[in-house]
Amino acid sequence: MSRVEHATRSSRIGVVVVAASLIVLALAPFWGDRQTLRLLAEMLTFVALASLWNLLAGYAGLVSVGQQAFVGLGGYLLFALAMLLDVHPVAAILIAGPIGALVAIPVAALMFRLRGAYFAIGTWVIAEVFRLLASQISALGGGSGISLPASVVIAMAPTRQAREFEIYWLALALTVAILGAIVALLRSRHGLALTAIRDNELTAQSNGIDVWRIKFIVYVLTAFGTAMIGALIFLQKLRISPDTAFSVNDWTAFVIFITVIGGIGKIEGPIIGTIIFFVLRQTLADLGSLYLLVMGAVAIVVMLWAPKGLWGVISERLGWQALPLHRRLVTGKETGGKL
Amino acid sequence: MPETPLLEVKAIDAFYGDFQALFDVSLSIAPRQVVAVIGANGAGKSTLLKSIAGLMHPHRGEILFEGRPTAGAPAFDALRRGIALVPEGRRLFPSLTVEENLLIGGQSGRPGPWTLARVYELFPVLAERRNLPAPSLSGGQQQMAAIGRALMANPGLLLCDEISLGLAPIVVRDIYARLPQIMAEGLSLIIVEQDIAQALRASNHVYCLQEGRIALQGSANQLSRESISAAYFGV
Amino acid sequence: MQWLNIILQGVLIGGLYAMFAAGLSLIFGVMRLVNIAHGDLIVLAAYISLMVTQSVGIDPLTSLLIVVPAMALLGYALQHGLLNRTLGDDLLPPLLVTFGLSIIIQNGLLEFFTADSRRLQAGSIEIETFRLAQGLFVGALPLIQFAVAILVIAGLQVVFYRTALGRAFRATSDDQSVAQLMGLDTRHVFAMAMALSLAVIAIAGVFLAIRTNFDPAIGPARLIFGFEAVIIGGLGNMWGTLAGGIILGVSQAIGAQIDPGWQLLAGHIVFLAILAVRPQGLFPRISG
Repeated sequence: MSRVEHATRSSRIGVVVVAASLIVLALAPFWGDRQTLRLLAEMLTFVALASLWNLLAGYAGLVSVGQQAFVGLGGYLLFALAMLLDVHPVAAILIAGPIGALVAIPVAALMFRLRGAYFAIGTWVIAEVFRLLASQISALGGGSGISLPASVVIAMAPTRQAREFEIYWLALALTVAILGAIVALLRSRHGLALTAIRDNELTAQSNGIDVWRIKFIVYVLTAFGTAMIGALIFLQKLRISPDTAFSVNDWTAFVIFITVIGGIGKIEGPIIGTIIFFVLRQTLADLGSLYLLVMGAVAIVVMLWAPKGLWGVISERLGWQALPLHRRLVTGKETGGKL
Repeated sequence: MPETPLLEVKAIDAFYGDFQALFDVSLSIAPRQVVAVIGANGAGKSTLLKSIAGLMHPHRGEILFEGRPTAGAPAFDALRRGIALVPEGRRLFPSLTVEENLLIGGQSGRPGPWTLARVYELFPVLAERRNLPAPSLSGGQQQMAAIGRALMANPGLLLCDEISLGLAPIVVRDIYARLPQIMAEGLSLIIVEQDIAQALRASNHVYCLQEGRIALQGSANQLSRESISAAYFGV
Repeated sequence: MQWLNIILQGVLIGGLYAMFAAGLSLIFGVMRLVNIAHGDLIVLAAYISLMVTQSVGIDPLTSLLIVVPAMALLGYALQHGLLNRTLGDDLLPPLLVTFGLSIIIQNGLLEFFTADSRRLQAGSIEIETFRLAQGLFVGALPLIQFAVAILVIAGLQVVFYRTALGRAFRATSDDQSVAQLMGLDTRHVFAMAMALSLAVIAIAGVFLAIRTNFDPAIGPARLIFGFEAVIIGGLGNMWGTLAGGIILGVSQAIGAQIDPGWQLLAGHIVFLAILAVRPQGLFPRISG
């Protein structure tokens, strides 16, 4: 009698560590000051964005340098829904998801006509189109952007402290939900197909996996999550403009560097990468644009000499997993050998 | 009597990843000699040729060409030293014309008797089709072009990987008939063949590979059919 | 007549876009690599020309004599030293490494030159115009630049189809391992292709810098124009790329005439429309 098991000893420890961290994070408003909360919220949104990009590029093999399209779309949807349609900001964040997914459908139909690196540039074009369209909408500030009116801000919560707690918990909840969804997807039957695609797309296809349908679904789901995070980001910023909403540096370059340095194609990668990224940011803060230069150089070095990223190196050397994601076939006798 | 061998393969092991394809294989060929390597599919014949041509590096043992080891040299070095491979399946460059394919063979600039004119003399049908795209040729013509391409490099050792594959017997005989002309200038030849009769007719010395090992070797005219069958099939 | 002028301007800038595209598609044809830093290298060439013209005191067109070889050398070194390591079956490494390169070049230029807008002065030739017909004028510089674009594309065709180097490009692109068997050092062949690409980029960059203001951040947009020209025109066909560039330029010109804010958008929309309706491009020769 054999069955598939997901857990290993290290992943059992990992689950405990994750659970403990979640409790600590949930209580952050009570032990952290205002600056810490903002920093943590920012880190959480990057973990979410990077995990989504990781799903798209690391598992589905779709390297997009245009996800800022959906970040900006989410941001503008928040402002449009809250300012023009009197929707409560939190509801607007939740609505941004499905709308982002709907927009992603025709975008994917177009983009899937391109392959490989041409697909990547194509996604960039889409983001540019969104940016240019946003600058044409004068009701939302046109080219110079607009700030969230006080009435909308107050609608969230009466005091500034309450609002900050609310935004922080939203960030935490959204990030945990997105990570949870990704883990659930990867543990499912579709997840097995995705892992097969990650390992060898041609073989996956010849084994009967409908590769393009899965890629399409992943693209749309990623847009769903990215749009919600985008809405949240701009709720925190309280101001939006086409250039900040659709910034390649902020929403793509950083995300890519985080995922590459942390480890592509592994769930733990974006988390590790975000921590490293923010540590580097604190230490290199005075360098200005040199900071991006250093990040770019580090990413190149990692890509060439440690393509599995920091987590890849660690997990291979030590055989660790933080989360129970691998599949092991367990028979009457322990046979080991993970899939 | 024994001249310095042109090529010496000394006890090599070859691997594809974890899979071992050659076990302790040794072979030597003198100048102006024709050696045939025969064996069933998967016996390791192509692996042996690839190792000699420098596309693969043996894990054990060494290969000496003109007395110098080939170890560590990059793949493109083989041609410059004088080893030319006619790959299995012809593998002409589809974006190039027939003449351009021949010219690529000659771009290494090794001095020698083989020129475009000589190749066209050897294979007149190529001259007629010189400006046509390579894929438009028939199988036999493509094989001639592949041989011509290798000859243009003026090699000292020509490796022919299954040149009879997929060709009609009459075409095969036609190509093999030109072997003397090809060797006239002092070439050595290693031919890998599934067509045993053809291999025996064309060669001086035969090696038979069976599952990565040399099962039999000897002079072509001295080996009996029975011993060859036994070695080929491993019975 | 005003519309004719506008379309003519669009055609002429299409030549510049075709030059952006030529370098991009040359590399893709030879080694299936798409260089995300392509646009930033165009801007780098502009800045190198700026330095050369300022320190040596020559005009931009003459500076080409220095900038082109310098960029070609850079291209050779870049490919041989860095990008050759990324080539293989996996598409992630070349994409991410060239993306990293793009960020590095942009920020390096920003640190060195600041975000100030610059322009190269070409002298009196900038204001010369020819009258083609009643009411139809064309500037000397755009005309020269278009002619150069055609020469560049024709030159690339000659290299590819009539030289030993071009044969090596095509053979290596067809079958890398057999090319090596035929004695071709593929690392060198790829590096020569990148050197050629950067030489074209150098020419495009100098003409761009004379024509418009430039700063470290404008690279990605040039990459996108080049890419759109390649896709509109069709892969594998240099003259198709010229057509693609012209179509893009004309679309942008018409868009700008309707509303200045619509210039870029018009180009993108035409690109997306062609992608939707005829994804292989208008004059494809090979499949992607």
